[in-house]
Amino acid sequence: MSSLVKTPIHELDPLVRNQTFDEVVTGYTLEEAMKEANRCLECKHAPCMKGCPVNVRIPEFIHEVKEGNIQKAYEILVSENRLPAICGRVCPQENQCEGKCVRGIKGEPVAIGRLERFVADTVEGKAQVLDAKSLKKTLPYKVAVIGSGPAGLTCAAELAQEGIQVTLYEALHKIGGVLTYGIPEFRLPKALIEKEKDKLVQLGVEIKTDTLIGRSYTIDQLKEMGFDAVFIGSGAGLPRFMNIPGESLNGVYSANEYLTRVNLMKAYEEDARTPIKKSGNVVVIGGGNVAMDAARTAKRLGADQVSVVYRRSLEELPARAEEIHHAMEEEIEFNTLWNPVEIIGDGINVTAIQCQKMELGEADASGRRRPVPVEKSYKEIPCDTVIIAIGQTPNPLIKMSTPGIETYDFGGIKVNEETMETNMPLIYAGGDAVTGAATVIKAMGAGKVASKEILKQFIQKN
Amino acid sequence: MNTIIQRKHWNEVVFSLEVKAPHVAMNAKPGQFVIVIIEEDGERVPLTIAGINPEQETITLVIQAVGYSTKKLAQFNVGDNIPHILGPLGEPAPLEGYKKVLVVGGGVGIAPLYPQAKYLKENGATIYSVLGGRSEEYIIFREAFEEISDEYAYATNDGSLGVEGFVTDVIEKELAKDSSYDLVIAIGPLVMMKAVCEVTRRYNIKTNVSLNPIMVDGTGMCGGCRVTVGDQTRFACVHGPDFDGHLVDFDEAIMRQGIYKKEENHHCRLEGITE
Repeated sequence: MSSLVKTPIHELDPLVRNQTFDEVVTGYTLEEAMKEANRCLECKHAPCMKGCPVNVRIPEFIHEVKEGNIQKAYEILVSENRLPAICGRVCPQENQCEGKCVRGIKGEPVAIGRLERFVADTVEGKAQVLDAKSLKKTLPYKVAVIGSGPAGLTCAAELAQEGIQVTLYEALHKIGGVLTYGIPEFRLPKALIEKEKDKLVQLGVEIKTDTLIGRSYTIDQLKEMGFDAVFIGSGAGLPRFMNIPGESLNGVYSANEYLTRVNLMKAYEEDARTPIKKSGNVVVIGGGNVAMDAARTAKRLGADQVSVVYRRSLEELPARAEEIHHAMEEEIEFNTLWNPVEIIGDGINVTAIQCQKMELGEADASGRRRPVPVEKSYKEIPCDTVIIAIGQTPNPLIKMSTPGIETYDFGGIKVNEETMETNMPLIYAGGDAVTGAATVIKAMGAGKVASKEILKQFIQKN
Repeated sequence: MNTIIQRKHWNEVVFSLEVKAPHVAMNAKPGQFVIVIIEEDGERVPLTIAGINPEQETITLVIQAVGYSTKKLAQFNVGDNIPHILGPLGEPAPLEGYKKVLVVGGGVGIAPLYPQAKYLKENGATIYSVLGGRSEEYIIFREAFEEISDEYAYATNDGSLGVEGFVTDVIEKELAKDSSYDLVIAIGPLVMMKAVCEVTRRYNIKTNVSLNPIMVDGTGMCGGCRVTVGDQTRFACVHGPDFDGHLVDFDEAIMRQGIYKKEENHHCRLEGITE
């Protein structure tokens, strides 16, 4: 009856879209969504749900899509997932829900992510006024949420929904964290973040931008200010460098800097105040989603040639399958099994990057085959821009300014994984600040667990 | 919020603003800075803090109008609000336990030097101030420094105040006479700080410098402000801005300072703003 492959989704033509920042994937129509929903077998044991870090009741919402009850589908979705429009776009579904889908055994899994996005866009596209009755009465508890990325947004909304008085602190001038500064417009339109902001305001969350906890206020000061609990969702913002010669040359960026200039500061607009270099040949180092975002952004900014240099092979690329596919369509080149050893310059600017050939050896601790250098095998790639996208570590400010808080060697804040509580009572943490750079949905999951625990604490008090 | 309550013009390019910013004033320490945004979708501009007044809940910012945003900021008046101020940022300067300190300021670098010198004086240190600039009107905060200094000297390029020459001429002479300082703080243009460090290295006197590299977010996120200190890559915004000057790779810092010269000039031409 139904097809072995996903119902195709509309995308802009690769060679048109790689010139603009318009969203690449334009989404399903109602008919397409219902057709795709009909591929769902509604398995009783719902293996897809086991793959979802926030336990979305997937077969239930898809059932409503089959029936054309999109509002109902949305209510099911949003009862477990605060940010479905975002997750539908950025979750690595192939490793999560879709990776567990029975249909995937023979053919392609159900396009759960695309359906999630369709439902969210359809309902959230309409002007929404929060039903006043759905708001619980205000409780006498105040919680400070630090960081307005996926973890903080989720925690703040969940708590406010239950009547807790929430203040959300954000260091930058706009909320969203990595959703705003990191993920580009062509993958996640910033209008979606504005909608989330409106929702928070409707829920009564007080939003304080331009406030860096650890500097503007310490966590101890937040307690003095009367907050009963604190949730730290400060992310993994500190970019890693490779410590190879030439990293200080002009034209070498961390992916964070490159993407922040473009996404947050809108450097792609002709009259933007924050500049970005016009590049000819760009080399992006790394193979994750951030590397794909940086490469595709560079192409859109008019670079002649963009190549990704990755030390393992194509199979090990950690980026979402869809991003790799889109990047290739957009004429991004892939130099796999090459590892940068030196950035070469003319004394001021980058002129090339020297890479060493690698081959795959034994599997390492991560289960992936370890790249091993091939002796005396080098190549030089001429370039004027190098973007380093080899990962981020947790921002150290909270650790530096909060005596007594326990952290791991890599900088992540230690928590009880059941409760997300740190070693300090009523101070919780979650998301990349705990795990190091991971995914949007895992951070949301942590924010949700912490919100439930915080509520439990307050209810116990009563 | 962020209302300008006082404005002072120092010379044709340098001015200071006293701004109401309660939480910055409450927590700021000498050596720290803020980031301001002056218009919708504007740049994030790092500015040093030249005065902290917790009672009045104000901070004083000293600005050199050289780029697009700072020239725009020069048009702000008393009563205007600065749309965004984030701070205090950076690590407070390490000032504990010093007894005899030589403070060296050049140009607008004199501004962030002042809270450090004042703090040291209030905590019992003897202060010798050496301030330099193009000419007399470029030596800002003169009265304030004279008040807190046990001794002071000036150097100007044209000889309009103090010796004709550079601050290094003054400190060479001073250190030849008396090298018993336990700390030197040098804040000013990179070439000045580099030159001061070359002198003090010979006398083996610990020398702190304050770096003000290009930065975007100011919170440790972009790495644009990276500097090499010793053999480590450090971020001026979270690990600094004050570093041990004898370990800073100044040549690299000078090279990185010029990354966006071309793009910045392009904007200023577009806006009809001239140097």
